[in-house]
Amino acid sequence: MDDIESRIIELVAKTKGVPASNVGIDSTFEELQIDSLDKINLSFAVEEMFKIEIPDESLNSLKTVGDVVRGVESLLAAAPPDTATS
Amino acid sequence: MKRVVVTGLGCITPIGNTVAAFRESLYAGRTGIAVFDPNMPGAIPLEKPMRFTTTAKVKGFNPTLNPDQRLTSGVIVCADSSAQFGIVSARHAAAESGLLACYDPAQIAIVTGCACGGRAADEDANRNLYLHNARVPPTAILRTMASSGSSFIAIEMGISGSVLNISTACASGTHAIGLAFQMVRAGIAPAAITGGYEAALTFGFLRAWDSMRVVSPTSCRPFAADRDGMTLGEGAAMLVLEPLEDAQRRGARIYAEVVGFGMSADAHHITQPRAEGAALAMRRALDDAVHAGIPAPAGRVGYINAHGTGTPTNDAVEAAAIHQSLGEFAPHIPVGATKSLTGHSIGASGAIEALATVLALDACSLPPTAGVGQIDPALSLDVIIGESRPLAPDKDLALSNSLAFGGLNAVLAFRRFAT
Repeated sequence: MDDIESRIIELVAKTKGVPASNVGIDSTFEELQIDSLDKINLSFAVEEMFKIEIPDESLNSLKTVGDVVRGVESLLAAAPPDTATS
Repeated sequence: MKRVVVTGLGCITPIGNTVAAFRESLYAGRTGIAVFDPNMPGAIPLEKPMRFTTTAKVKGFNPTLNPDQRLTSGVIVCADSSAQFGIVSARHAAAESGLLACYDPAQIAIVTGCACGGRAADEDANRNLYLHNARVPPTAILRTMASSGSSFIAIEMGISGSVLNISTACASGTHAIGLAFQMVRAGIAPAAITGGYEAALTFGFLRAWDSMRVVSPTSCRPFAADRDGMTLGEGAAMLVLEPLEDAQRRGARIYAEVVGFGMSADAHHITQPRAEGAALAMRRALDDAVHAGIPAPAGRVGYINAHGTGTPTNDAVEAAAIHQSLGEFAPHIPVGATKSLTGHSIGASGAIEALATVLALDACSLPPTAGVGQIDPALSLDVIIGESRPLAPDKDLALSNSLAFGGLNAVLAFRRFAT
């Protein structure tokens, strides 16, 4: 498991108050009972952790933990090096 | 049970600081939403700008210089802008109705709605304390109290009856008017000054809303196919309520009759609204109208002043609630949203929208919703856009909806008053 994936899984687990072992890359928001407010809170935490900004249109399409991981990887790859470090 | 009527109005809003100016802007579709100056008190440079650039601010309010807004220096130093808006609005409403000359001030009620209190004062004091180890002014507590507006209204007018402030987020003003209506109807108070006030457009408040991603990057367009969020606002509105027979006996100007009030809680989620909750409050407001001698009110509703925030979720849920509560009548009832002009002033919004509803019934003319190009066809609502519309001659009821975060719903029902 890479660093981004493990950190996001930790965040998701913390957001929902469940053990990290219950969260996987394929876990869906529906399974984890992540509602719209949880999603806003989670995104805020992810933005803070990785110093990125998740656009509204991307936020709406997030359905799984894997979506978040891939989204973060993509935003970090697109960002200048000085803002891509966490 | 007494019949209750509205005999005085006052307001300080982004579209007018008198009722006459508010009415003119309301019917002209002249919005108070504009680009705000990011250099507000305490603002710090942002790495990335906020997602939105507009708010609806009150303009031309100066309680030191403007005679009709005059407040003493003692009040100004102790009252935040939110309370100041409330005091001046209440003064205008009371002066118009003349209620202080007709009712015992020891019995008159003041019921206001304010959710955020003196947010600006709070941020000022805390910023200076935490960043600069500054002393906190002795007025900080007074300026941050959400109820200070109602207290100052009582002090200015010598009213010593039931005086209270209600905080139910975006429904505060409507809950306040509804409670005042119940008090006057039941004879608990002989008359009431009621409404809401709010002035929370601070840097911290805007940043907090920005994080919630519900504010429009452009402008609030309720029920539009391309709506993309709410616009924050500020202001105040006050109504004087009194029994019909007393108002008629003293020859008071009557704007409209309050005939019903409905409350409900979604009991569901802190941010996600549920149509069933809002529909229940609307049905309860209509059922309440039976007490005013209206046996089948649904077919008489000729106007709904919607909560209409302009967020995709609120407007869809509110439309569903309108359909659930009004059934076959729903698609044919003209719906308007005052927030397209005034923005969303949180605790004051319900009072400002009650004011718009009362004026609409008084003029038999329904004001347009601004900024909407194409109405969302999925909502199946008859949204008033472009020009104002006459109230149908066979309809005499109007609803004013407020649906707050936390699932707290409040709905007022008004009837056109015909002498």
